[in-house]
Amino acid sequence: MKEENQKENRKSSRRQFLKKGLIAGAGVVAGGSLIGAIVNKNKPDSGEKVTALTTTGELIEVDKAQIRSPRVSISESHNGIPGRKFVMVIDLAKCKNARKCVDSCQKGHHLPKDQEFMKVYFLQDSDKSAPYWFPKPCFHCDNPLCVSVCPVGATFKRSDGIVLIDTERCIGCKFCMTGCPYSTRVFAWKEYPEFKEDKEQYSPEASSPGKEGTVAKCDFCPDLVRIGKLPYCAQNCPMGVIYFGDIDEDTVTNGNETLKFSELIRDRAGYRYLEVLGTRPSVYYLPPVERQFPVDSGFNGLEESIKARYKNTPYGKNHKL
Amino acid sequence: MEQSASKEALLQKFAPQIEKTSFLASIWIIFLLCIIGVGVYAFICQVTQGHIVTGMRDNVVWGIYIVNFIFFMGMSYAGAIISGALHLFRTEWRKPIIRMAEYLAIISLLIGPGYILLCIGRLDRLYYLALFGRIQSPITWDVIAISTDIFGCLIFLYLSILRDIANLRDFKELKVPQWRKKLYSFLSLGYTGTPEQEKRLRRATDIMAAMVIAIAIIVYSVLAWIFSVTLQPGWHSTIFGPYFVIAAVYSGTGVLILTMYVFRKAYHLEHFVTRKHFVAMGVVMVVLAALFGYFTFSDYLTKWYGSEKNDESLIKILFSQYYWSFIFSNYIGVLVPLLVVGIPKLRTIPNITFSALIVVVALWFNRYLIVIPTLESPYLPIQDSRPEYLLYSGTWVEYALMAAGVALFCLLFTLASKFVPVINVSEMSDAPRDQREEGLFNTEESLL
Ligand code: SF4
Ligand code: SF4
Repeated sequence: MKEENQKENRKSSRRQFLKKGLIAGAGVVAGGSLIGAIVNKNKPDSGEKVTALTTTGELIEVDKAQIRSPRVSISESHNGIPGRKFVMVIDLAKCKNARKCVDSCQKGHHLPKDQEFMKVYFLQDSDKSAPYWFPKPCFHCDNPLCVSVCPVGATFKRSDGIVLIDTERCIGCKFCMTGCPYSTRVFAWKEYPEFKEDKEQYSPEASSPGKEGTVAKCDFCPDLVRIGKLPYCAQNCPMGVIYFGDIDEDTVTNGNETLKFSELIRDRAGYRYLEVLGTRPSVYYLPPVERQFPVDSGFNGLEESIKARYKNTPYGKNHKL
Repeated sequence: MEQSASKEALLQKFAPQIEKTSFLASIWIIFLLCIIGVGVYAFICQVTQGHIVTGMRDNVVWGIYIVNFIFFMGMSYAGAIISGALHLFRTEWRKPIIRMAEYLAIISLLIGPGYILLCIGRLDRLYYLALFGRIQSPITWDVIAISTDIFGCLIFLYLSILRDIANLRDFKELKVPQWRKKLYSFLSLGYTGTPEQEKRLRRATDIMAAMVIAIAIIVYSVLAWIFSVTLQPGWHSTIFGPYFVIAAVYSGTGVLILTMYVFRKAYHLEHFVTRKHFVAMGVVMVVLAALFGYFTFSDYLTKWYGSEKNDESLIKILFSQYYWSFIFSNYIGVLVPLLVVGIPKLRTIPNITFSALIVVVALWFNRYLIVIPTLESPYLPIQDSRPEYLLYSGTWVEYALMAAGVALFCLLFTLASKFVPVINVSEMSDAPRDQREEGLFNTEESLL
């Protein structure tokens, strides 16, 4: 039954992806994480009703207790989604630090407030060059040092290009954290209460629930991708900065527009960050050209504590943030 | 030769160390146990509350635990290399200090790996290293290397104390409890010193001496590669292997001199451990100081001169935030021994011991400066991170465990010296060997 559902999910995800591109409709459903949930009839009702989107695309009203995400088992999560090779394109020209990627990712993965998979840097390559906002997920490198150095194979590369972590296997040596040149990984320094909130069965594809003493990082949300959804960050960015797609199908989408990956990279001079390191990332950036807004509008409406995080940047120092 | 006194006379002299524990020594042991107790408490805190009690955070993921790991492992390799070399070279003056070098090798080797365990988030899954070990990972190399090293060092130490254990078994006047006598006679494996036994033992010790030198060099290089295989600015360096080995032997020589000084005072060994030994070890230390200075200089010169952006920011941190520790570890730590031992007039026992102390502390800071500033200046500048995640400073838990390690080191050394004398009795009572016949360059026969 479970197996069939998963197969069905994958099939439908592929169909959706090919025909209409990925949809980004988190708004329709209470709590984005319930999307694509399937109904588990074995549990007694809780009395609380929520709306959920079924795998066939219908909206239904179900009891909260009967919902579970279609999380795949640890062993199945080692196999990539067949025939896919995922890629992300981040358009720096449109990013103004709205931080919806950060927040939705944190919520979707049940992360404590001390952990973020997505970070937004405020980079300025040299004194005279223009500063720009730089959202940074895991690059899902094709030559990932984090995978090479792991002594127990807890972090692994799949056929669809995604690099995942199995926190049931991880011994917490943190070698991958020093191995990753992009400071992508986070560590669970203690038992956070948020880890308990997620009652579902653990799956590396969901990176949830987290576990004390192990590492975690951006996972490209394969659990959402399996059911034809975009990763949380791409779904929720109000500026449409983050495009996600398949490099073999040559399509990427941010939910609003679906583009040809190769043309996008060609026309907008896409590049990979720190190509010189030879890690071969799966994340491409489009340079921050012809921006429609002043770059420091990214500081508007930020909480003081978040703003303080940019004090150390060259810009922050010059402008006494 | 005054040093080769008769076996009985020597045993007579060292018997009190073994037989009874003086009041001062008991206080000393209790003091050490208290420090270890605090360490145990700190460890319990870390296990129950998680690594949040340490100063390590997402950027600086390895802190002083790793520094201590490198430091203790370095002492161990130094002990192994020095005792192996002293053994193979058959130098006559080595006799009174070789046992201390052997103890140094094995005791720090028992403590060092403990520190890497403290860095591991899920100690309960440690056996995964064996269950799911991947040979591609330098950590697996390290696990294999360190366990080989522990094994090799234990055998080497055992072989070299075997004759003394037999001596203690045969020394009837020794007033120790019955169980200890039994233990001596069990551990001596029926060694009675027949020419055949002696020949075999010597051959085995020679082989092991050569092996521990080789193993020590390999193991410490593997340790260095844990850092240099990563792409981090400051770590990704080709000279880290030899650099670490030199730094290890350098700091270990310092510790050995300190040990000589302490035992000389504590057990009144003035007659055995003389100025000659201090000067000899001091000269070794000077040679190593020059080598260490040379490696340090080449490493930082190339980083600074080429001034790649990330190297530049690392150098900037080293010369601002860490200015004094940098000066202390890489200048003072090199110049002091060069001056003190280099100028004949200054070569007194206290002076040499003092410079050894400087070397040991300087080298600890040297490791600190290798590990922490690099993690504080990664490729992507640390941003969008909590202010308390930016810089590292150790917490009481980490320092308590560091102190506990040092205390355990002292305790094990004290206990070992109460089990088998810190002066190699059997070697001392051997007639000085003819160096031409049995020196390093004529060992083929004994090795084959
Ligand atoms: S960005 Fe870092 S964590 Fe992600 S795959 Fe590359 S090396 Fe691994
Ligand atoms: S911290 Fe976990 S995932 Fe990272 S290298 Fe160690 S065992 Fe592997």
